[in-house]
Amino acid sequence: MSARRGDPLLSVRHLAVTFPLPSGEEARVVDGISFDVAPGESVALVGESGCGKSVTSLALLDLVPPPGRVVSGEVLFEGRDVLSATEKEKEAVRGGGIGLVFQEPGAALDPVRTIGSELVDVLRRHRGLSRRDARRAALEWLRRVSLPDPERRFDDLPHRMSGGMRQRAMVALALAGGPSLLVADEPTTALDVTIQAQVLDLLRDLRRELSLAVLLITHDLGVVAETADRALVMYAGEIVESAPVRDLFARPAHPYTRGLLASRPSADGRLRAMPGSVPEPGLRPVGCAFEPRCPEAFGRCRAARPTLQPVPGLPGEAACFLHDGGGVP
Amino acid sequence: MSAEPLLSVRDLHRTFVESKGPLRRETRVAAVAGVSFDLPSGTTLALVGESGSGKSTTARLILRLLPADRGTVLFDGLDWLALGPRELNARRREVGVVFQDPATSLNPRMTVEEIVGEPLEIHRLARGRARRERVTSLLDAVGLPASALGKTPREFSGGQRQRIAIARALATEPRLVVLDEPVSALDVSIRAQVVNLLRDLQRATPSRPAYLFIGHDLGLVRAIADSVAVMYLGRIVEAGPTEEIFSRPRHPYTALLLASQPRETPPGEGESPVRLRAPGEPPSPADPPPGCPFHPRCPSARAVCRESVPREEAPEGSPSRFSCFFPAGGG
Repeated sequence: MSARRGDPLLSVRHLAVTFPLPSGEEARVVDGISFDVAPGESVALVGESGCGKSVTSLALLDLVPPPGRVVSGEVLFEGRDVLSATEKEKEAVRGGGIGLVFQEPGAALDPVRTIGSELVDVLRRHRGLSRRDARRAALEWLRRVSLPDPERRFDDLPHRMSGGMRQRAMVALALAGGPSLLVADEPTTALDVTIQAQVLDLLRDLRRELSLAVLLITHDLGVVAETADRALVMYAGEIVESAPVRDLFARPAHPYTRGLLASRPSADGRLRAMPGSVPEPGLRPVGCAFEPRCPEAFGRCRAARPTLQPVPGLPGEAACFLHDGGGVP
Repeated sequence: MSAEPLLSVRDLHRTFVESKGPLRRETRVAAVAGVSFDLPSGTTLALVGESGSGKSTTARLILRLLPADRGTVLFDGLDWLALGPRELNARRREVGVVFQDPATSLNPRMTVEEIVGEPLEIHRLARGRARRERVTSLLDAVGLPASALGKTPREFSGGQRQRIAIARALATEPRLVVLDEPVSALDVSIRAQVVNLLRDLQRATPSRPAYLFIGHDLGLVRAIADSVAVMYLGRIVEAGPTEEIFSRPRHPYTALLLASQPRETPPGEGESPVRLRAPGEPPSPADPPPGCPFHPRCPSARAVCRESVPREEAPEGSPSRFSCFFPAGGG
């Protein structure tokens, strides 16, 4: 069954994930977020540690590790809810419809299996290839991700490869099942900068060739600028801004986005630091979660929680009362 | 150079010998292969490079956490590597250090007062109430309240823990502080706070410490360093004033590093996203190529680069020095 034209490929609705705190309370690390990814679109989910971006990516495939759990929401992939699917249907989506790339390929790849045999498995399981055809296709994938010396690497264990090569192998593995969406969680964070640039180029080329949609999870605004069409900015479990990347960088609407952009090193070498730090899990303020650090906060921000709304004059949305006619004291 | 530099490093070498595999075959890794630089008092030099470039090993040699094979380090005119254990211990207070991960570099069973006060105790600089006062004022300088004194590191966030590590490093009023990737483990918004703090403290601390900053994020390096030394496979391939390195890189590897940094803003409509790239990865330091170590990845490499190692040169009028047969922007 396929989705109708114009429908989003992925549609996340009111997704909430909790983790138990030592006190016994439940912390909502993902707090009722909604977003869409269109076919072929490249979306970045950006935020700092603890904002819930990685847990969100795991929840898309119902892979949140216990004791964390999805408490509400839907993840519609090609129109069908992944979370309420049978285990067999979920297996078909994982690696089939949705490919996954993690930050540390060393941890995601089986240390005692060769990269070739892992690829052959994926190709047989998700593409129904014979062993011989799968072997040929696997080699082709290693070439496509520009793994040097693919025939030799086919029989190599992951620890024999450099971090950059492992990440290329991981990309091959994620794409071999023929997904229409690639979810990449900090795929270049563990790599050196010249290798990061190569892997980002590779992802960009493959995306174009395969008409892939990409959901990239990252803390690095530079990586967002390099790769994404649209960005979702997360803070304390919520999406606080959603905008096309050019608009996000040129005219950020949420004060948190503005602070993040300003705290990056710029050409003049000055850093404008944001005061304070993110609220601890379970200690989220009643009103806007960013209010204690916000230079523009006013009375209403302490009393009520803003929701994502269109920003007047801009193509994006922000969860901020400044854009709600409430900015006028 | 008019004034004597505080730190003067000459031709530093360190090779690690490892035995691997069932035959215990020896591999020799030249982690630091002839590093030289000067660091004047009150200024910051950044050592930049990718993993395996030898930048952290260089720092460890200077800290004397590892012995050097050869080379000299003059610290305030003193032959630092020749100091015996007693002299070294007496002088250690003049060198502070902050490591990347405060979670592992701070003793989790000690209170903040003990952590920051320990160097004062070891070097018998302050005791009793004077020590507590000194620790309190150090905490204040790094932006932590006096209520932190009795707490343990795990009660703080990563950024706060790094502030504690900085307070400890500055406790003895050192003249040199080695900062080994001090903000790499921190979030973007916290990184800026800590980098600004380090800059402010350098100016405000009476000993006017020099910083040796080890990093890989060139944007941050630009924000904190007066000069930059770019390392590749154990060698400095280019060094000079920060602005010179960023605006007129002469060595092709420096140019590649700069072009590999993620862009600050998205590409404009119709702008090609592709910039200068180099194929392959840095070779293993255990098996460096002949000739210029960068030649297998270098877009400007020619025959001579495969055969001979370029000597370092600093042409007249050039503020930077570099080791390349075919530097960019040459006259």
